[in-house]
Amino acid sequence: MAELSQVNAPIYEALRKFRRMRVVPFDVPGHKRGRGNMELTEFLGEDCMSVDVNSMKPLDNLCHPVSVIKDAEMLAAQAFGAANAFFMVGGTTSAVQSMILYACKSGDKIIMPRNVHRSAINALILCDAVPVYVNPDVNKQLGIALGMSVAQVEQAIKDNPDAKAILINNPTYYGICSDLKKITEIAHAHGMLVLVDEAHGTHFYFGENFPVTAMAAGADIASVSMHKSGGSLTQSSFLLMGKNVNADYMRQVINLTQTTSASYLLLSSLDISRKRLALSGREIFAQTVEMAEYAREEINGIGGYYAYSRELINGDSIYDFDVSKLSVYTLPIGLAGIEVYDLLRDEYDIQIEFGDIGNILAYISVGDRKRDIERLISALSEIKRRFGKSGAELLTQEYITPIVAETPRRAFYADKVSVPLDESAGKVCTEFVMCYPPGIPILAPGELITPEIIEYIKYAKEKGCQMTGTEDINIEHLNILAD
Amino acid sequence: MELWFTERHTPNVKFSIKVDRQLYSGNSEFQRIDIFDSKEFGRFLTLDGYMMLTEKDEFIYHEMITHVPMAVHPSPKNVLVIGAGDGGVVRELTRYDCVENIDLVEIDELVVEVSKQYLPTTACRFDDPRVHIFYEDGVKYIRRCEDRYDVIIVDSTDPFGPGEGLFTKEFYGSCFKALHEDGIMVNQHESPFYDEDAAAMQRSHKRIVESFPISKVYQAHIPTYPSGHWLFGFASKKYHPTNDYNPTRWNLLGLKTRYYNARLHTGAFALPNYVEELLRDVE
Repeated sequence: MAELSQVNAPIYEALRKFRRMRVVPFDVPGHKRGRGNMELTEFLGEDCMSVDVNSMKPLDNLCHPVSVIKDAEMLAAQAFGAANAFFMVGGTTSAVQSMILYACKSGDKIIMPRNVHRSAINALILCDAVPVYVNPDVNKQLGIALGMSVAQVEQAIKDNPDAKAILINNPTYYGICSDLKKITEIAHAHGMLVLVDEAHGTHFYFGENFPVTAMAAGADIASVSMHKSGGSLTQSSFLLMGKNVNADYMRQVINLTQTTSASYLLLSSLDISRKRLALSGREIFAQTVEMAEYAREEINGIGGYYAYSRELINGDSIYDFDVSKLSVYTLPIGLAGIEVYDLLRDEYDIQIEFGDIGNILAYISVGDRKRDIERLISALSEIKRRFGKSGAELLTQEYITPIVAETPRRAFYADKVSVPLDESAGKVCTEFVMCYPPGIPILAPGELITPEIIEYIKYAKEKGCQMTGTEDINIEHLNILAD
Repeated sequence: MELWFTERHTPNVKFSIKVDRQLYSGNSEFQRIDIFDSKEFGRFLTLDGYMMLTEKDEFIYHEMITHVPMAVHPSPKNVLVIGAGDGGVVRELTRYDCVENIDLVEIDELVVEVSKQYLPTTACRFDDPRVHIFYEDGVKYIRRCEDRYDVIIVDSTDPFGPGEGLFTKEFYGSCFKALHEDGIMVNQHESPFYDEDAAAMQRSHKRIVESFPISKVYQAHIPTYPSGHWLFGFASKKYHPTNDYNPTRWNLLGLKTRYYNARLHTGAFALPNYVEELLRDVE
């Protein structure tokens, strides 16, 4: 057999071969290549249903890969410059959780910025690790949390020399990068593992002139959402490991929570997408950046809006910027980001990634067409003309420094009572409150509820943010620690 | 030998024209362009396989999309045409002495080149000194215009493909902004007959109604378009298409037309009940 290279996609090739063999299925899934569920088959297509199959010898098994999945993972590791790579079918959420479950046991400390995705704090609930939050720098004008400053990381390490790992969110949803190399060096010098939530950075590995990748910076483990900028199916991701990580132990950690019936639709989408990016990622992301740059220039030409980019770089908490991101500050036209987000969908049939208090984010990828970019720009121009206000009273989005009173796990499992939002000030929250997306908690389990936070939650609700996390679906009550 | 051009009007209905020979086939950055010659309809242009015009019936479309707004506006000097790379609308517009400037925005330069070469009946007035051609996405061009035009004619293809941006609310809103305070926009409004066309027609009507204070629809009979029953949108900031219409003024211009006339102008706004109902549903 010829040696494998990036032109191969072993899982995909095995599935094609398998389909040709017309094997008679007396195994699960029970839809039997779609024949048992014609309505679904008509909707998704016969081709799709015919490869929705179970693990078997010719197709390997994700829980314990020995053949085609192992080969595909090896090719992925090569493509990403990692020592090992695992296919993940539970989203980047499961990849982030696996990194933390690998690094921390009960009572271990982990240093992380507070503006992490909920999946990271969820992992702390699972394993009872103790978060040491580094408060991110905040850009006062835009109201967005930035990267981690090196000095703050140094301080956190000095104060917590017993911490086992540091988790870095790089790039942020908005495209902001920390000084990954420097932070990695410092952490390693103190014997800590470096975990990177690289959900929004898949393209860094394949395009040109992007910020440094976690693997290139020497980080130990990284979670990349192949389904975001990489083109694979929703819910499929990669977990990447450096040479000092015990991949076999990591697999055991992953198998604690990952399904034993991994979807071959997801696996083949990862395999094919990796091949595509390895072979033509450079051109793909050059096009993406060109579209984002064009849109930025045009949007800034409308006036009022501010589509920001590399000019924000400050050498520390904005060490680098991902120019493929199209983040736009909307407050100068008198509208909150979430209002612009809603108008784009309701008035112009344009769905963007998210809107928060002061910003919107439009996700640009190779799947975009020039003419759709023109529509987005024109719609923003029209929103300003039709709905723009001056001097509107708008809250600037402030990052609110949390006051941690309990570990996330203890708070989550403690006896709790539900109280009206207005009566919750001064109490310890036992659940998450966040806008989704971006899914960065306003409150996490174990944090003190302050009047400032209550005001923020009310404002975000009033502006139409999609709030999630609480047991009370209407977010009128919060669960607090019982006295 | 029999060679036929066939277009699907719905998944279950086909429309065919016997082709004498194919004169041109090429691909631009945006679409496939074909020119055929036929006994029944003369030469015809298709884009991505969709009928755009035939020499035999193009006069109906071009007269109706041009003369209706030009007859309502008392003094159209500055006119913008979006799409229309075949030159038919420009041909009709250049017949008006009152027009001082015609800007044509066509996304696909190759359509203009091919039309100049193979469709002399429509692409015959591009050399008029009042005509200025911009090869650009209409959505982008119009975004930068404010209070500039008396009349805008949107001669779009279909609400899918390169022309789909010309059926959007952001585009209609930009047109509103680009017009003077008494400006008129006329657009190709699809057909009310087959379900999918009717849905697209309703969608664009809804968006125009939301963008302009006056929004009416008129019709014409175009044999080579799906169902033959075709609509145009008349959106206006000030003038009503029939109440503010002065037939004498237009008749005095002495323009010779084959389809449009002063009585038909008013009649074209009288729509069948089922069309009225479709429009009312989204108003």
